[in-house]
Amino acid sequence: MQISTTVNGLSHTNEVEARTLLVHYIRDVLRLTGTNVGCDTSSCGACTVLLNGESVKSCTVLAVQADGQEITTIEGMASESGLHPIQKAFQENHGLQCGYCTPGMVMAAASFLHENPSPTEKEVREALEGNLCRCTGYHNIVKSVLAAAGEMGGAR
Amino acid sequence: MTAVETSSSERVTGQRLLRREDPELLTGEAKFVDDLAQQDVLHMAIVRSPVARAKIISIDTSAARAIDGVVGVYTGRDLKDLWQQPMPCAWVVTPDMKNPAHFPLAVDSVNYMGDAVAVVLANDKVIASDAVASIEVEYEELPPVLDLEESATDKVVIHPELGTNTSYVWALEPDNAKLEAAFSSAAHVVKGRFVQQRLIPSAMEPRGLLIVPQPYGGEYTLYSSTQIPHILKIMIAVTLGISESKIRVVAPSVGGGFGSKLNVYAEELLAFTLAKKTGKPIRWMEERSENALATVHGRGQIQEIELAADSDGKVLGIRANLLADMGAYLQLLTPGVPLLGGFLYHGLYDVAAYSFKCTGLFTNKTPTDAYRGAGRPEATFAIERGMDLLAHEMGIDPAEIRRRNFIPKEKFPYSSSPGLVFDSGNYLPNLEMALEKVGYSKLREEQFQLRSQNSKKHLGIGLSCYVEMCGLAPSKVLASLNYSAGGWEAATVRLLPTGKVQVVTGTAPHGQGHETSWAMIVADRLGINPDDVEVLHSDTSISPHGLDTYGSRSLSVGGTAIFMATGKVLDKARQIAAHQLEVAPEDLEYQDGNFSVKGSSEKKMALGQVAFEAFTAHNLPDGMEPTLEATTTWDPPNFTFPFGTHIAVVEIDEDTGDVKLVKYVAVDDVGNQINPMIVEGQIEGGIAQGVGQALFEEAIYDESGNLLTSTLAEYLVPSATELPNFELGSTFTPSPSNPMGVKGVGEAGCIASPPAVINAVVDALSTFGVKHIDMPASPEKIWNAIHQD
Ligand code: FES
Ligand code: FES
Repeated sequence: MQISTTVNGLSHTNEVEARTLLVHYIRDVLRLTGTNVGCDTSSCGACTVLLNGESVKSCTVLAVQADGQEITTIEGMASESGLHPIQKAFQENHGLQCGYCTPGMVMAAASFLHENPSPTEKEVREALEGNLCRCTGYHNIVKSVLAAAGEMGGAR
Repeated sequence: MTAVETSSSERVTGQRLLRREDPELLTGEAKFVDDLAQQDVLHMAIVRSPVARAKIISIDTSAARAIDGVVGVYTGRDLKDLWQQPMPCAWVVTPDMKNPAHFPLAVDSVNYMGDAVAVVLANDKVIASDAVASIEVEYEELPPVLDLEESATDKVVIHPELGTNTSYVWALEPDNAKLEAAFSSAAHVVKGRFVQQRLIPSAMEPRGLLIVPQPYGGEYTLYSSTQIPHILKIMIAVTLGISESKIRVVAPSVGGGFGSKLNVYAEELLAFTLAKKTGKPIRWMEERSENALATVHGRGQIQEIELAADSDGKVLGIRANLLADMGAYLQLLTPGVPLLGGFLYHGLYDVAAYSFKCTGLFTNKTPTDAYRGAGRPEATFAIERGMDLLAHEMGIDPAEIRRRNFIPKEKFPYSSSPGLVFDSGNYLPNLEMALEKVGYSKLREEQFQLRSQNSKKHLGIGLSCYVEMCGLAPSKVLASLNYSAGGWEAATVRLLPTGKVQVVTGTAPHGQGHETSWAMIVADRLGINPDDVEVLHSDTSISPHGLDTYGSRSLSVGGTAIFMATGKVLDKARQIAAHQLEVAPEDLEYQDGNFSVKGSSEKKMALGQVAFEAFTAHNLPDGMEPTLEATTTWDPPNFTFPFGTHIAVVEIDEDTGDVKLVKYVAVDDVGNQINPMIVEGQIEGGIAQGVGQALFEEAIYDESGNLLTSTLAEYLVPSATELPNFELGSTFTPSPSNPMGVKGVGEAGCIASPPAVINAVVDALSTFGVKHIDMPASPEKIWNAIHQD
């Protein structure tokens, strides 16, 4: 089947199988390998991307469902002027270690902060419940997201 | 805090320098193994046993072979003549240790759910898994052995050729008469029996590999998600009979390891063998549910500990006895893991009489091996639970029983009864700092209030003091433990012609931030900017010598090697500068990247200039070799012994059995710190993993040996909502065993936290007469404990 998508601002038209998952379309067809796969039960969130601005686990969406939609992956976050404030906050607060969960965390945080620009610590923890990290213990991830909120103008 | 030696007027070590690793990880640029592009690659997929124990009657691969796109299907029989050796176990812990031969593919029988029985190569990943599904294996099922105590009876023997399920019995009994005397004279004896449940390490990136052969030269490059590129290379050479000079192993970005990638795995050997056979590149990526079966598990022990104490609560003797679950086979370090804790069942207490015994037993489950802490979390759990039992029996506060038993500061270096020499320690102030930070006396008051109000909310406060031996390890000590490799680490520091510095390390980071910390060490020593230091690692053709990353060894062994090599470079640079400035080397001062003649501000030479002179070699002292570089292989004289106090505060709801971790304080002493930000990150991650063990995680098998927790939906890795913020503090007691006074931090959090949490849970439930709850302390277990008669 043919699908057309806009990914990180660029239009693509590709042939995919009906059973192809969005994450495989992103990784294998478009070769955007920043989006990771950490599980087979939609539990880990490593594959989180934005679909029309909202975070989705791209292993739970079929590529054909993204036909005509806009997708943002981790590769679309930084700009010419540098890292996105969320990415920067993760670096400044040591919100990553091995970095495998990180693209998914950043995307989940982006969507969350859009909905709730000035969250509490508890709200951040709840928002990230579907994104697992085995390295950091979340302490610094939560700190990073709160710092990003502050930086992006939503400080409490 | 004694300082690390520096030539920098603005000290670099000790600063919270941001990690240079981060930008590429944060932008998706970093390449994990599955991200590496490769043309013309074959996809490998594996047929795994769905049963715990069976004879293989037949394997029908015809349907798989007929699928378009399938390039090859192989069974254990097809490949068995290609293995030079069985899968390697590098730790023969006793001369009579039983080790069943174990090959990458099973030949006649399978011994755990997940045991590999056949392998498919196909042009496409999906085709490969379709082909796996079409392979029919006929099994004759045999009764599995799943329980450790049942395994010890030998009623059913898993590996008939061994005649027993006992792999080994290892004992450390320095002085039995003394131990007997301690117990017979004791005023109090407390006993505990604790289960260390099996854990699934669950690095967020499962394992994976890509092997690329160069058919004409006969060389192979293996990219693997591994913690041990160097060890892997040697083991592949030995196991497959391929010349080591033809093997290059690269660990690209690795998405966490925690010990689970400290191994030589069947898939690595299979892919190598098949790449050799087909001449084609091969890729394999483990799925999560496959990871739960095919990657080693951790822990899996039944511990018995007895403490004998005098009437003041001073512990006189300790007896520890373990049954340790090896799983179905011995992997790289399987038998040695419980023994790494065998010297530490007295914790950080001054105990004169000691014995430890461990029986390694086979079961029909995934092999166990190192998992963050490897043996030391188990030891710490047993002694810290034991101390609480003793405190409870005597009616003493848990903090007080610990104070009475700490090894006093004056006794360092401390020779322990099991035979270690603890490098340095100062435990009392560390405990007091943690108590103060958590507001201990206030919490006790609060607890008293709640209790007197008959509240259904139960507050529990749990202490855990730990010491660990890390920095694996003095090679001679490893020899005495029968470990078949050394414990040194190698480093090369090289000044490039432009004055930039290149560091080559044998450590293999997978989240620890070595590039940042190693650059800081060199920058500090040379008085230069860390941005001018590049760090190369994890590729055996760039860094040919190394023993990799595990056991909290990278800084105290690998970092020390870098520190020493930097010193050698500086010495040579001084000779060159002295020669060119026509003074004696002793007349030179070195500061902030410049040599200057003492007492003269004019006569100066920058390190970069010296590097260029060393490169051109136009004017060097007679007999001196050109270029400025040095290599050090550092073999530590001793382990290092970090320590600390962790305090967990929990709230338990009497009606539901729910536990909430409401506060967590950790005060750790890891010696001098290179980058406190990274140190804290390591501790926090470790705490979370330990809390996972204490409250949520367990590899559960049903009575036929099926793993019921093979996905992240069933195996409960903690999420952000289950954890609080952590409140950290540090004390600083430098190690005298290395020049930077560093100790190591990778495992500390995971060692300290399980007993802190369980002590808190038991403390909360003490009014119900609960003395112990096994991990994970699930709401169900807690509810049952509360509502028992
Ligand atoms: S890979 Fe999508 S949730 Fe785990
Ligand atoms: S940083 Fe490693 S899994 Fe989150």
